[in-house]
Amino acid sequence: MGATPVLEEIPAAPARRRRRSPEASIFLVLVAIALLFEVLGWIVVGRSFLANWQRLQVMILQVAVTGIIAVGVTQVIITGGIDLSSGSVLGMTAMIAASFAQRSDYARAVYPALTDLPIVVPVAVGLLVGLVAGLINGTLIAYTAIPPFIATLGMMVSARGVAKWYTHGQPVSGLQDGYAAIGSWVWPVFIFLSVALVAHVALGHTRYGKFTYAIGANAQAARVCGIDVGRHLIKVYAVAGLLSGLAGVVQSARAITGQAGMGVMAELDAIAASVIGGASLAGGVGRITGTVVGTLILGVMTSGFTFLRIDAYYQEIIKGVVIVGAVVADQHRQRRRLKP
Amino acid sequence: MLLEVEDLRKEFPGVLALDGVSLRLQAGTVHAVMGENGAGKSTLMKIIAGIHPPDAGTVRLRGRPVQLGSPREALQHGIAMIHQELNLMPSMTVAENVWIGREPLTRLGFVDHGELRRRTAELFLGLGIETEPSLSVGELSVAERQMVEIAKALSRDAALLIMDEPTSAMTETETRRLFDIIRELKAQGKGILYITHRLNEVFEIADEISVLRDGRRIGTRPAPEITPEELIRWMVGRDLTQLFPRGESTVGRVVLSVRELGLEGRFRGVSFDLRVGEILGVAGLIGAGRSNLAETLFGLTPASSGTIEIEGRVVVIAHPSDAVRQGMAFLTEDRKESGCFLPLDVLSNLTLAALNRRFVRAGFVDHAEAASEGRRLAASLRLRTPGLDEPVMNLSGGNQQKVLIGRWLLTGPRILILDEPTRGIDVGAKAEIHRLIAELAREGAAVLMISSDLPEVLGMSDRIMVMHEGTVTGFLDRDEADQVRVMTLASH
Repeated sequence: MGATPVLEEIPAAPARRRRRSPEASIFLVLVAIALLFEVLGWIVVGRSFLANWQRLQVMILQVAVTGIIAVGVTQVIITGGIDLSSGSVLGMTAMIAASFAQRSDYARAVYPALTDLPIVVPVAVGLLVGLVAGLINGTLIAYTAIPPFIATLGMMVSARGVAKWYTHGQPVSGLQDGYAAIGSWVWPVFIFLSVALVAHVALGHTRYGKFTYAIGANAQAARVCGIDVGRHLIKVYAVAGLLSGLAGVVQSARAITGQAGMGVMAELDAIAASVIGGASLAGGVGRITGTVVGTLILGVMTSGFTFLRIDAYYQEIIKGVVIVGAVVADQHRQRRRLKP
Repeated sequence: MLLEVEDLRKEFPGVLALDGVSLRLQAGTVHAVMGENGAGKSTLMKIIAGIHPPDAGTVRLRGRPVQLGSPREALQHGIAMIHQELNLMPSMTVAENVWIGREPLTRLGFVDHGELRRRTAELFLGLGIETEPSLSVGELSVAERQMVEIAKALSRDAALLIMDEPTSAMTETETRRLFDIIRELKAQGKGILYITHRLNEVFEIADEISVLRDGRRIGTRPAPEITPEELIRWMVGRDLTQLFPRGESTVGRVVLSVRELGLEGRFRGVSFDLRVGEILGVAGLIGAGRSNLAETLFGLTPASSGTIEIEGRVVVIAHPSDAVRQGMAFLTEDRKESGCFLPLDVLSNLTLAALNRRFVRAGFVDHAEAASEGRRLAASLRLRTPGLDEPVMNLSGGNQQKVLIGRWLLTGPRILILDEPTRGIDVGAKAEIHRLIAELAREGAAVLMISSDLPEVLGMSDRIMVMHEGTVTGFLDRDEADQVRVMTLASH
């Protein structure tokens, strides 16, 4: 303690040892897992895991939709909250957006009078539905005393209900090619990474981001600083809802159908990706870069297990262990870094 | 000799917290351990209480070496720590808290609540504690909770009590009562290790005083053989020229004018004027409504009656953002609870309150400008930190407080409300904060300073407003104020 310098004594760019950023270490975990599958691949099935362009493409495509949600969920987690509704909101928007994207030559359209609409309509509807769900979450949390867990649990159940009620469980099919194009090729990955980039800049370099971290670190202190905590929380949950809506659009476009069961459990994958990426459920801590890497880790694991032909039951068991293990390791590392 | 520790060493990653510290404690005496924040006092106490294992060194109890692997083991050896952050369960009753884990049972195995209350009452009687055992702990004041903690420790036959700044949240009267209890404990032959920052207390209650600095013991003396000046020199390693650097003040026009302000159930009919360059001290006992008044002025709990005028215009302050817009700043009483963003870095902590008006261009934060302002400010605050990117939770209490003051300086406030600005802060940092406050007033800020530290209020204020049970009982000018007058008004 004695040697802590008064700040004026140290240069503007301190020459001290840079500590490795949390993202760097989580990235190393990603590399380690990938290499582990590579080695196991040669041993177990006698083939390379990584040197397969198609596998890598499928791998990242599979997690792109989860990744889009995770970008929103991470922001919510940074405020010290949680969003359990993202998977259900995805399902609800997938149904509703798809119903505005149907072709006129499809016999069982939801709205026979509203077919062959410009693609911008279903996209806008999807985003709007997600946004409204997020606004409801945020308003409940900001202006009633209920905790985010409960508010978004309610939304999780209700939004799934809407998804099922909307067509009484029937899938929404006969979508236009233009709509399907949104989910084709690597567009989902491109959308995921663009969303992540925007969120990364917003969190690190704007007032919105600074306030988000501040509220998560200490909501009462944020209030004293003159931040309108309630209004800001509504914004953050609205962003998360908007991204769930976007994920619903991408998912239905990719599958070229809207189904009421879309996004079941996706909220948990998104939370897992955030937390593996270093976000703290206690609030105030978390980075989008970490979340992107966390999403990729989930993707590599799913893909790797399939590659090794490990039974789906084992996959889930191991995935659960990895999620908890990642967080335990991370907390251990952080504790060591900090003084008692 | 009740306790002897020898050559204790404890290293945390990157910090040598204790470097060969030895200490002895006689039964029936109070040994005060003093030192600046970060000197190693808390680490030493935590080792003795079994919370941290030492890296090297021995602890002997009544001549026999003991291994203290956990607080539970320490307790079995008769060592109890009264924590600064209290470890009571607020929703349970006083009696339940005292006997938790050792509840008397009826023949059927249910908790015998009658017996529980009776035992507690008996225990309290022996100590002169007047708290009702059936109240829930959540309803008690901080001081009363402290008493309950002490009673709890004694109910476990503790022979050695460790008290970590027990009076930091207590009023004068409560402190008196605690000291009476400590004297009673001494008479019963208990040994007490007492951590404090308050000089006047230590001379009143301690038999021996040890000072730690930078993990080493600087010295130990019987209390009557050391002067306050010497003690300060031991603690900070240099002379503090002036304890209260309040020069001549030039008080100007009225900035803040409060009339008949009230908040249902907290305070009522509060009227005062605050002028440019003035430090108005607010004295009173805990529960007098001083902090409530500050929170109302700042819009955290909007007033239920009365008016607030700033620069001659009536303003409505319904939210802290209104207050900030009016050029007000509020250093809250509880650094951790409502001040610091602990996981965030120093720079974020410094700039957050100013972000609504500064450092932002077209929605984007100008990091370069914020960092250069931050560095300038850190230097003028004499902030001790490895860098602006250090999480604030790694800073000592005094430095955290400086960060919070810096945060408000960046907003360029006209009116500063300070609630216990130096609570729990070591002597060196305290003097620096006093210097800062005086400087701000000199530069034209109007300062409202709430403090339970009487020498601080007397030394810093141009005028003192005294409150008692939600009303203002009087104003005292600088030259007519003394300890007795203030306490008379405060206890009415």
